[in-house]
Amino acid sequence: MILEMTNINKDYPMGKSILHVLKNVNLTVMEKDYIAIMGPSGSGKTTLMNLIGCLDVPTSGTYMLGNRNIGTCSDNQLAEVRNKEIGFVFQSFHLLPKMTALDNVAMPLLFAGVKKKERRERAAEALKIVGLEDRMTFLPDQLSGGQCQRVAIARAIVGKPRLLLADEPTGALDSVSGKQVMQLFRELHDSGSTIIMITHDANIAKQADTMYTIFDGVLSGGEEQVE
Amino acid sequence: MLENITLSFQGIWAHKMRSFLTMLGIIIGIASIITIVSTIKGTNEQIKEDLIGSGNNVVDVTLKQDNTTYEMGYGGLPEGVSVISEKTRKTLEKLEGVKEVSLYRKRTWSENVFYRNTQYSGALYGIDTHYFSVNGYVLDYGRGFTDFDNRTFHKCAIVDTATSSSLFGGENPVGKVIEINKEPFVVIGVAGKLQNSGPKITTVQEYQTYAGNSSGSIFIPIDDWPIAYQYDEPQMVSVKADSTDDMTKAGKNVADALSVSQMKTGSKFSYAADDLLKRATQMQNLSSATNRQLLWIAGISLLVGGIGVMNIMLVSVTERTKEIGLKKAIGAKRKRILAQFLTEAAVLTSLGGLIGVGSGIGFSQVFSNVMGTRAAVSIPACIIAVAFSMAIGIIFGLLPAVKASNLNPIDALRSE
Ligand SMILES: Nc1ncnc2c1ncn2[C@@H]1O[C@H](COP(=O)(O)OP(=O)(O)OP(=O)(O)O)[C@@H](O)[C@H]1O
Ligand SMILES: [Mg+2]
Repeated sequence: MILEMTNINKDYPMGKSILHVLKNVNLTVMEKDYIAIMGPSGSGKTTLMNLIGCLDVPTSGTYMLGNRNIGTCSDNQLAEVRNKEIGFVFQSFHLLPKMTALDNVAMPLLFAGVKKKERRERAAEALKIVGLEDRMTFLPDQLSGGQCQRVAIARAIVGKPRLLLADEPTGALDSVSGKQVMQLFRELHDSGSTIIMITHDANIAKQADTMYTIFDGVLSGGEEQVE
Repeated sequence: MLENITLSFQGIWAHKMRSFLTMLGIIIGIASIITIVSTIKGTNEQIKEDLIGSGNNVVDVTLKQDNTTYEMGYGGLPEGVSVISEKTRKTLEKLEGVKEVSLYRKRTWSENVFYRNTQYSGALYGIDTHYFSVNGYVLDYGRGFTDFDNRTFHKCAIVDTATSSSLFGGENPVGKVIEINKEPFVVIGVAGKLQNSGPKITTVQEYQTYAGNSSGSIFIPIDDWPIAYQYDEPQMVSVKADSTDDMTKAGKNVADALSVSQMKTGSKFSYAADDLLKRATQMQNLSSATNRQLLWIAGISLLVGGIGVMNIMLVSVTERTKEIGLKKAIGAKRKRILAQFLTEAAVLTSLGGLIGVGSGIGFSQVFSNVMGTRAAVSIPACIIAVAFSMAIGIIFGLLPAVKASNLNPIDALRSE
């Protein structure tokens, strides 16, 4: 088991009232799952993703990642979990504009305290997996959107995390590069990665093995999809 | 750490103009401080040299009566004071810090000295054979005094260059005869002071202290003194110290020894050293005190510079919210973000400090040329200045760095 969420709630205080964004969410993710979470805008997808990715902590409920109780972790421990256990892919890539593709990819290893030589080797390897070994010294603004997202995916996998999280990874891409990126996720999954992907595109969600839907903060579904 | 420093330099280079403007406050502050410190140091060296004479290191030990200078010229030795013998002089030379000792007698204003019908107005010295070497005189023409001159009471004289021109016009004084209290003395030489061996006279006060020197000097063998003035008079002592720093010690040692050996106990007379070093220090303190007030003003400009750095760093944190958010999202700890921004601020201000030190050295040279003062670069001051700028960066970078490290990665990533 990779993670288990039980009765997770997330509230945001809005002035005097409280906004209940996630309501009693239960989610179990097993090794090598490929999960898609669908839902309309504002339904709480990103909020859920932030909780899974340990960027935020739930208002109530328990979240076990591996055998670690995330609710009891300190700031520094959460940073370490994000660094070692989770790979993030964002809709808008979030590459640092002044760094080369290689340096962007190597960044999580820098935070993990890996030596420079090894960092470069492993980053180059990750770039090779996403098919950009010939773009290592390029800056983000010298790359296409699809290439940028592949660099971001390389950064997400460089630390060999247990869980890949992608929040609308094709949201900013045209359909051709979107398809390439989805193909890449398929390959990563085939080679053993556990993936949770957020999307509001049903076609993309179809690619995943399991699909959840979220409406107004309530998560449902979880049946395996048969093609 | 090294990584952070190189990244900081890249960041500074990427915003050349902004970085420079941010550093400007620090540069101006440090440059003014270096200029002021260099000027203080230069002035102090100047004062010391002016007053003491570089490389000469001579202290005068004079006779005091009730702690004020004993005025010569009343004839004879005062009660209870004895003549300093050659043997005593030699023992004085063995005292700590003492290099050479000369005994002399002096009339600041000598009357009854004539060359033909011209009256001489200047100082008259009765000197031993050490006097010229101690006080830095060299012979321009003729010869100096020998022990033989002293022993045989040879009535001879040496004039200095000032007297040579004032009393003898253009003529060569050597071989001419002057009259001292009606006794004829033949001039055997002309002596001049070595450059830099005497105090430079620049103020009236200094002039009064050294009056007599500028209007000329005539020297006769010390043993001839009774021929000219009928009496043995008390001697004064010129002490050449081993080094400038030894001057106070050497002067005191000689004065103390003489106060014991030359007078009866309980005498109202004593020998005391002119402590030029002490006077120099007093004058230095006076001039430093005024300059030090300027340091406060420069300090304020550093403070303003520091606030400028803080301001720009806060802007930089806001601009780089996304970068910080991303870094935290993929596992950078607070400490790392804190260190990154602190290093950046410290590198920025240290660079400003270095440029400030460079321009400060430049300014102080220009300033000294324009104002005619002296500037001396103080290496420790430069090092402290750079270290201080670094400290300013760390202090004023702290608030922005803490702000950056406290950013919530979710909010930071969402910001567009
Ligand atoms: N920090 C916050 N403070 C207050 N409300 C928030 C905060 N973050 C999210 N919300 C609210 O929570 C709800 C869910 O937001 P969330 O970003 O999870 O939606 P989403 O499903 O990802 O939408 P989209 O598909 O548009 O990205 C929204 O109504 C949003 O206004
Ligand atoms: Mg969203």
